[in-house]
This record gives sequence, C-alpha cells and structure tokens, in this order.
Amino acid sequence: MITIENFILITILSPLIVSVLTPFISKNTILRDFLGPIGGVISSWGAFNIMSSALNNQNITLNIVKIAEGISIGFEITPLGAIFGLVASFLWIFAAIYSVGYMRGSKEKNQTRFYAFYAIAVHAALCIAYAGDLLTLFIFYEVLTFSTYPLVTHKQNEMAQKAGRLYMSILVGSSVILLLPAIIWVWVATGSLEMSQNGVLDGKLDVAYAPLLLAMFVFGIGKAALMPIHKWLPAAMVAPTPVSALLHAVAVVKAGVFTMLIVLTNVFGIDFLTKTGASQWLIWLASFTLLATSIIAIYKDDLKARLAYSTISQLSYITLGGALATSMATQGAALHIITHAAGKITLFFVAGALYVGAKITKISDLNGHGLSTPLIFLAFFIGSLSIIGVPPMAGSWSKFFLMLGAADSGYVVVIGVFCISTILNAFYLMEIPARAFFFKKERDIKVKIPKLILIPTLITSFLTITLFFFIEPFQNLTSMMVGKI
Amino acid sequence: MIDILTKNLSILVVLCPLITSLFVVLIPNIFFSWVLTTLSTFLTFLFSILLYQEIQIHSHISYALGKWMPPIGIEYIIDKVAIIPIIIISGISFIATIFAYKIMPEEIENKSISKVYSLWLLAIAGLLGLVTTGDAFNLFVFLEISSLASVALVAMGAQKDKQALVAAYNYLIIGAVGATLYVIGVGLLYGITGTLNMEDLTNRISDLNNNKALIAGFGFMIIGIMVKAAVFPLHIWLPRAYAYAPSAVSVLLAATATKASLYILARILFSVFENSENLINITLLYVIFPLSIIAMFAGTIMAIYEKDIKRLLAHSSVAQIGYITLAFAIGTKASIAAGFIHMFNHAIIKGGLFIAITSLGFYIQKRVTINNLSGLGRAMPITFFCFVLCSLSLAGLPLTAGFISKLYLIKATISSEAIWIAILILISSALSVVYLWKMIEVMWMREGRKIVIKENPTIYMSLIIITFFNIYFGLDASLVVNGSFEAAEKLIGDLK
Repeated sequence: MITIENFILITILSPLIVSVLTPFISKNTILRDFLGPIGGVISSWGAFNIMSSALNNQNITLNIVKIAEGISIGFEITPLGAIFGLVASFLWIFAAIYSVGYMRGSKEKNQTRFYAFYAIAVHAALCIAYAGDLLTLFIFYEVLTFSTYPLVTHKQNEMAQKAGRLYMSILVGSSVILLLPAIIWVWVATGSLEMSQNGVLDGKLDVAYAPLLLAMFVFGIGKAALMPIHKWLPAAMVAPTPVSALLHAVAVVKAGVFTMLIVLTNVFGIDFLTKTGASQWLIWLASFTLLATSIIAIYKDDLKARLAYSTISQLSYITLGGALATSMATQGAALHIITHAAGKITLFFVAGALYVGAKITKISDLNGHGLSTPLIFLAFFIGSLSIIGVPPMAGSWSKFFLMLGAADSGYVVVIGVFCISTILNAFYLMEIPARAFFFKKERDIKVKIPKLILIPTLITSFLTITLFFFIEPFQNLTSMMVGKI
Repeated sequence: MIDILTKNLSILVVLCPLITSLFVVLIPNIFFSWVLTTLSTFLTFLFSILLYQEIQIHSHISYALGKWMPPIGIEYIIDKVAIIPIIIISGISFIATIFAYKIMPEEIENKSISKVYSLWLLAIAGLLGLVTTGDAFNLFVFLEISSLASVALVAMGAQKDKQALVAAYNYLIIGAVGATLYVIGVGLLYGITGTLNMEDLTNRISDLNNNKALIAGFGFMIIGIMVKAAVFPLHIWLPRAYAYAPSAVSVLLAATATKASLYILARILFSVFENSENLINITLLYVIFPLSIIAMFAGTIMAIYEKDIKRLLAHSSVAQIGYITLAFAIGTKASIAAGFIHMFNHAIIKGGLFIAITSLGFYIQKRVTINNLSGLGRAMPITFFCFVLCSLSLAGLPLTAGFISKLYLIKATISSEAIWIAILILISSALSVVYLWKMIEVMWMREGRKIVIKENPTIYMSLIIITFFNIYFGLDASLVVNGSFEAAEKLIGDLK
C-alpha cells in the first residue's frame, strides 16, 4: 500500500528522474522520446491519488530538508495545489507526446537537452503546486524560471538571445526585488513561513501596510503577467511550440496565478482582504490588463503572439477573481486554472501543428486551408469555444462562477468587464477557423500533420468537453479551498 | 601528547604555515615543494577543525604566548567569533593549494616556484595570525606580514604580465599607508591607556568617553583597517592586485585576504570599543552605512562595464564587501550574524568563481576577457557547469549558499524596519545578475573558434569541491547560521 506521502514523492520525482535519465539514453532516440509520456503517466497517477485524498480532507505534509532553524523545504497538499498538480502532470502526458512529434517534424537540434530541461520545468511546477510554505514556493518558482531559459533560447540565435534576456530580467528581477522581500516581510511579521487556510496576516500586520505588501507580491509574481510586467510572455514565444503550449500556457503562467491565489487566500486571507479593502486597486489593474491585452491580441497577426496576449488576458481573470475576495469569485478563479489550461494548450498545439505541417505562422496566411486539415481546425474551434465560455465547454463553468463572484462583491462594473472581454475573445479567436473555412484560398500549400501531433491535439480538445461534465470533484475542492465544506 | 596538542592548538594554527614556509624555500624540486605546502595547509586546516571542536566545549580559549601572562604578554584569543575566519582562511587555502599544483608552474618559472610557495604560506600565516591574536600591536605585525607576502606574490605575476608590477606597487603603497594609520591609532590608544591587550583596552577606555585622543586613535585604526578590508572608496588597490596576480594567488587572496580584515573591523567596532557606544553609533551611521550602500552599487556597476573577467570579479568583491559592512552597520544581532554568514559564503563563492575563471585561462592560454569566452561553455562542460552554479550562488539564487546569506541579510534589515534598505540590497543583487549573465550568455550562446579541450581532473577537482560546498551550505546551512548567530551574540550580546 502506497502512502499519500509517497504519492507526493512519486508525482514530483518522476519528471526529475525523466530529466536525469534522458542524457544517459540519448543514443536510443525511441526510448528517450517516450520517457516523457511514461513519466507523465506515472506522475499523474500520483496526482490523481493526491487529489482523491485531498477530497477526503486529509491533512498531508512531507518535510524534505531542514535548511536552518525555521527554514525548510517541505510539501503540503492544499485543495488548490491538488488541482494545479493534476493539471500540470496530466497535461504533461499529451505535451510530451506532442513534443516528440513536433521536435521530429521540425527537425530541431539538441533534442536531448530540450527533453531534459522540459522535464525539470514540469518538476518545478509540481513542486510549486505542493509547496508547504512560502520559501519552498519561492525556491521552485526560481527553479522554474531558470530551467525554462534553455528552452526559450533553444534556437541559440540572436533573436532567442534577446528574448531570453528579456525573459530572465523580468522574471528574475521582479521575483528577487519584490517577491523575496515580501515573503521575508511575512516571515518577520508572523514569525514563520507557514501559510494557513484563512490567511496568516490578520492581526499581525499593520493594516496600513497591507496594500503595500500586496503590491510587492502582485508585482513580484511576474509569472502572473499582470501589466506592466507582462512583456516576457510574448517574448518567450520564440521557444519551440511545445514549450509555449505546456509551459507558457499551463505550467509557468499557471504557477504564477497559482502563487497569486495562494498569496491572496492563504497568506492574506479572503476575510482580511474584504475587511481592509487592500485588494481594491488590484481589481482595477486586473480589469485593465484583461481588456487591454484582449485589444492588443486583435491586432496581432502572428498566431502565437495572439495566443500569448490572449493568455495574459485570461490570467487576469484569475487574478481578478482572487482580488474580488468573495468565495464565489475565488472558486471561479481556481476553476479557471483547469479550464483555461485545457483550452489554451489545445490552441497552442494547433499553432505548432500548422507550423510543422504547413510552415504557417501568420493568421492572414490561413485563408482557405480549413478543408486540407479539418481536424486540426475543429480542435481549434472547440478550444476557442471553451475559452470564450460557451457551454458545453469547460470554460463556461469558470466564467459562470467568476460572474457570480463579481455580482456577490458588488462590483457591477466587473461584470461588464467580463462581458466585453467575452466579446473580444470571440472576435480574435473565431477569426482563425473563420478564415480557414470561409475565406478563399490564395495559394496551395501541402499540409501534412504528423500523427504524434494530431492525436494529442484532438485529445486535449476533447478534454475541454469532458471537463464540462466532470467538473464536480474540482468544484468540491474549490469549495473546500474557500472553507465551504 | 594529545593533551599538549589541544592545549597549543591556538598557536599551532599560526605556527604550522609560518614554520613550513621557511623550509619550503629550501626545496628546489617543484613537486616536493608543492607537496610540503599542501601538507602544511592540510595540517593547518585540521588544526582549525580541532580548534572548532574545542570552542564548542570551552567557548573561549585564551593562550598566553611564552607563558607571559596578559595584559603584559601577548595573548591569543580564540572564541566563537574568531573561529569563523580561521575556518574560512585555512579551508580555502587548502583548496587553493591543491588547485595551484597544475596552474602555478604554468605562470611561474620553475626556479622561483619554491619561493612562491614560501610566500604563499607566509601570507596564510599572517592572515591566521591576524584573527587569532588578542594584542593590538601584534595584530599590526601580522597585518604587515600578510600584506608584504601578498604584495610579493602579486608581483610574481610579472613573469607573465608586466602590469603586475604596477598592481603590486599600488598594493604596497596603499597597504603601507593603511598599516601606518592603524599603528598610529594603536600608538594613541597606548598613550592614553598604557595597554596593548585588546580586552584590557576595552576595560580601560570605558571611562574615557570624550577623550579627543581616544576618538582620534579610533579613527586612525578604523581607517587603517578599512583600507585593508577594501571598503569603498579605499578599495582601489584591490581590482588590479586580483587581476594581475598569478592565477592561484588571485584565488587565495580573493577568498581570504579581505575576510580577515573584515573580522578585525567587526572586532574593533563591537568588542574593543563596545563601551563607547556613542562613537560607534556615529561611525556606523555616518561612515560605514553610506559607504556600504555606495559600494554595493559602485562595485556592481563597475563590474557590469568591465571586460576583463578577473577585474570584473574583483569589482564584484567590492560590492560583496559592501553587503558585509552594511550588515555590520545596521548593528543588530541578526544583522551582524548575517554579515558573518555572508563572509563565509562569499569566501566559497568567490573562491569557486576565481578557480573557474583561472582554469578557463589555463586552457585557452590567454587573458580571460569577455570576448575570449565565446563558446567555452560547450568546450568545457564541467568547468562551465561549476561556474554557472557558483554564479547563481553569488546572485543569491535559492538552493545555493548565497541565498542563505541574502535571506538572513534581508530578514535582518526588515526586522529593523528598514524595508527600503532591503529593496536596495535586492536591486543591487539583481544588477549582479547582469554581469554574471553576460558571461554565461557568451559562453553558452556565442559560437567560438572550434577548440577541443580535454579538461584536466587535477584542475577541476578543487573546483568541484568548492562548488559542492556552495550547494551543500545552501541546503544545510544550520552550521554556518548557528555559528554566526553565536558569534554575533558573543560580540554584542551584552550590549543589546
């Protein structure tokens, strides 16, 4: 019988083992390439078990090392962490299969290095999901940044170098200059690095400082990509598409908003935020980011750039949900982590498939190619519907809860923001299938999508529909998170 | 036998390198002179470990030299504070000596090698003497021994690059000025108190609070030591000296030389003058604090614009010394402990970086400048990997020793309600990522000439050892952290 503590180890260590083994079996390319999917299956098996025990409300902690008095690396399962862990490990299976197809299809160099760092990044994301205290969270937050640098600069050319610089300077700079002192401030104020379900700051921190501390957290968590620290995400799109798909639509950015939600709920606490109003300014900033990036997305002709801006906008939904500080909005934000992940990874898979199969990167070049690869565009269509929030796609749930939360909190304007953004979403995402199916073909391109790319894409798009019907366990977890059960 | 050994440990630590240095010079053979040096540094390291264990039991060891009882005779004092620099100096010199085996004959003519090793041991003996002695004048003697030996060592770099002579001359003159200032200070204090023993001094100056000679003496001593510790703007000797010294010497000096003086600075501020609270508070607030902040930024910015890698690392040392003196300037128990933690960690970080860079120089047979680094990351994976880890440690990234220093430093500043200082420290450390990343990027991204290099195990072994410590003390820091807190408590425990 495997204990839950061991399941934590299984989940977080399997990507690490994959990454360590990869360089040693680089000669045998078939074995090397399928190490990732195998690791993904094992890892998500662990994550499923962790989630079911989280549903049973078990309190699970696991200490790894004690660094010095009062600081240690340890893990603890929170409802939100269980959700994020499952999302990251489960989608890794499909992203790993997809990367094999992509890397082979576009004949990339240094594939061994790519797979090794890819797995480390997943490992870091899972460690963030299960982090037991603020320091562990911070440590793996940084590990995630550094492990993705070789992936972003994979092409090792001038453009990659520039993008890599921007990526590192924003993410490392913001986290070191603001996030770290914010965490230490909490440490000094409360005397420990622990978090708790109802927040730890109530009564420990002078209320006048709360907005300042919150600002340090919000701008320190660069991975959540709020304006004006969002520029790294479009820059990171120089990476091969599997990186953009899993890391810059799921693992990295979700690690950012996950940290943001954890800070809002488990460090500040919803009640503390409502009482002090410390997060009011964040509502406006997130709403602004949400609308502004949606508008920017409309003007982007590069498919990946458009998806990147759409991601920033969707991340702001989650931050906004947390900032509204009502239990409904927070639940919606947590659910949006799952639903957006499934939808957005599909869209990126499609972008990569078009690049490998037809060398198309621009939206204006898509005209009329819909019928040459109908399945790929169907997947894109389904993914888009989910992101827009049309039932029966998963995305409709999270939007529903977010809207309810906005109504609850009394910020009627925010409901308007959600509505406008939905229209904008539809506008910039639907253009793609519309051009593909209804526009006239301008030139003939031979389109050939490898099976290893097509299958994962179809599976994740199918996932957005299934999730609509199986949202209940996740919804139970989110209600546990806000203390309803 | 064992008993005699344990009783005399405090003097053996100094005597061991001092005596061997006299013998090494007589051995003409390169290999055997190296073996003897290694043996001697190893024994010294062993003695300091034993001393560490003794300190855990007795917590304060006083050793009267030649049985002349203090305060008349010279007293050696080892306590929980002094043991930190002793371990740093003896440990790093052992690793540096191992590293010197292949590197030294590359840069120094065979016939002068035994002389270099002799000076090498003399410098180590001087540094260890500095931190063990409890006598203000004896401290001056060791200060001069270590400085003169280091100057001569730097000058040895002239066999490869004539610039070393200028560097050594600068070092000599500025160092001599510093030592003179220090000795003038000691003279003034002796004039008003009639004692040279530090503990005795502490007691006797307690009722001389507004004496002008006391203030002048204190000023001279502090400035003298600040020259030696390379506190901004008295650091101008340092970049040249580190850059043009023979490679192995740069490693030794960068990791140890300023640490001893920083320790003396802490001891003068918080122990010898602990009763002149007013004087100390003014010095900390109006002299050391602003200078440290400037050093943090000036050193980092100089490093960003520097092309020569050894000088770049030397400028970064100036900034890092700024962190340590800043920690002292805040003057709480937690911050002084943070200063000692960083003192230890910076020694292993800079030691590692200098070893990595000088081994790169050894392989490419050129001065290491930023442009010469192109493509070396792929040609030398082991050295590059260790270099990256040490760089991350310097930048203070999690899971490395450097992170622990930064964590405690920031915590200490936030605890004393100075969050803006914390932000300044972090901005400066984020800037340090700029110059570190510049080097890493060139090694990793840029295509260099196709060179095939076979990395030499005798060279990268010491690099791996010191890199291992950078990671180990990032994961299990309790030894360093507890030691530093005990040291800080010993220094100011009865004050605040």
